[in-house]
Amino acid sequence: MTALLATDRLVKRFGGLVATDNVSIDVRDGEIHALIGPNGAGKTTLLSQLTGNLAPDSGTIDFAGRDVTRLPTHARVRLGLGRSFQITSVLREFSAADNVALAIQAHQGHSFRFIADARRDRALRSAAQAGLDAVGLGARGSVPAAALSHGEQRQLEIAMALAGEPKLLLLDEPMAGMGIEESQRLVGFLRGLKSRCGMLLIEHDMDAVFALADRITVLVYGRVLASGTPDEIRAHPEVRQAYLGEETA
Amino acid sequence: MTRLLKQPGTVIAAILLLLLAALPLLTQAFDQRYVLSVGTRIVIWSIAAISLNMILGYGGLVSFGHSAFFGIGGYAVGILSAEGVPSGWIQWPVALAVSVLWAALVGALSLRTRGVYFIMITLAFAQLVYYLASGLEGYGGDDGLNIGRSRFSGLIDLRDKATFYWLCFALLCGTLWFCGRLANSRFGYVLRGAKSNELRMTALGFPVFRYRLVACIIAGAFGGLAGILLANEGAYVSPAMMSWVKSGDLIVIVVLGGIGALFGPLYGAFVFFALEEMLKPFLDLFGNGWGEYWQIVFGPLLVIIALYARGGMASLLRARE
Repeated sequence: MTALLATDRLVKRFGGLVATDNVSIDVRDGEIHALIGPNGAGKTTLLSQLTGNLAPDSGTIDFAGRDVTRLPTHARVRLGLGRSFQITSVLREFSAADNVALAIQAHQGHSFRFIADARRDRALRSAAQAGLDAVGLGARGSVPAAALSHGEQRQLEIAMALAGEPKLLLLDEPMAGMGIEESQRLVGFLRGLKSRCGMLLIEHDMDAVFALADRITVLVYGRVLASGTPDEIRAHPEVRQAYLGEETA
Repeated sequence: MTRLLKQPGTVIAAILLLLLAALPLLTQAFDQRYVLSVGTRIVIWSIAAISLNMILGYGGLVSFGHSAFFGIGGYAVGILSAEGVPSGWIQWPVALAVSVLWAALVGALSLRTRGVYFIMITLAFAQLVYYLASGLEGYGGDDGLNIGRSRFSGLIDLRDKATFYWLCFALLCGTLWFCGRLANSRFGYVLRGAKSNELRMTALGFPVFRYRLVACIIAGAFGGLAGILLANEGAYVSPAMMSWVKSGDLIVIVVLGGIGALFGPLYGAFVFFALEEMLKPFLDLFGNGWGEYWQIVFGPLLVIIALYARGGMASLLRARE
């Protein structure tokens, strides 16, 4: 099976610090690949290079069969690379439905339409409603995003990322700040999503990671320490020592 | 319709528009010709302030060089007039084209910066045009240039004050209509979304730079239009039209009226000029020449608005709903 996303010997330095050190990972279609590692391991730095917010010093990023290393963020999104943010990033002044509608607009091509009222665009509004329904926010469409609960904002994030019909979804700590019940619901939802897209999951909640991931890569000091199935990772001595040990001890 | 009428903001906007529509009749009835010239300036400045509001209010882009469009629109008309091209059919499209080109150039360079740097670079570009105009000795230099009003032979005579006023008013209504549509269009949503959270909009796949550039160009066209009208209003152009103080005044008008509110710039311009006209004679009562310092009173008023009515006049009207 060919990889949807693959990095080849990616390197990113900040002064003397090597934040990404020769990282080669890949995500296949329809799989959840989890990226774990202690704080400061360079997970978010790696993600930023994948999204195009940071340029790597060397190495390449291939996505959907093309080299996207130098493509700007918006062009990568167009190719099907969606993301949700670690710190909730929704348009706070806009209603939940408007947030999703904008995400759909982005996917539909250019928005250089100056006269027609976007809120009366029935195709757009019903698609936005469907997007909200899918994440369980169907009844909250008219609520300003800022007034949604933290968990609901996380759900909205995912609805926005999905509106672009991504081939691959980059999820940066989607469970952060969620209660146990909300987390469990999200785990179920993400599992159901595997038929629609591949996912690269950064997450600290190990229960969620081991429940969801098909493969896990452990990042420590910017390097790949280990990569394999959840069982392999669980059994890996260095991983236990470097990372899991802290939590199971 | 009945729902609209229940909102005090809508009622006040409607009253203000009706008042402005009937202004030439009122000033004629009460023989107050000077009031008509103040009204004309309010209408023209409103157009410029609405155009600034498109980028500042909806786009969050604080341009400190918007008065450059007064000058560019004005000087395009003035120079053509001085060179023996009095026809508005030629002058106006040329002035608009130059304004659009200027907006594209300044936008393409300044939109690469953010925050304070954006403010400074737009100011720097406006100063560039200001000194350029001052250096145009052939066209009056610092003293400016007396020009003939644009001619639209057979159609409309701009020398007639009332006719010219109504033309300005009609253009103001058109600008308001367009801006209202723009704000709620797909484009408007993208522009406002980028103001709210640029990172998110980029992550959704919007090339934010392009949308902002187009917004600058649209705003430039309407700013240029205001410049054309301003030149015709006084039959005169000078570098003073585009001094940085005027750019500041435009920002003050937008903030005073309510950032990102459709009718905000109109309220702002109305209050700005009405206060100027009222404070001057009022202060002159206390001592000869004190009227010159009307801004001593205006400044604190602005501070109060900034402190207690963050959304400007438009938010005060909305708060009473």
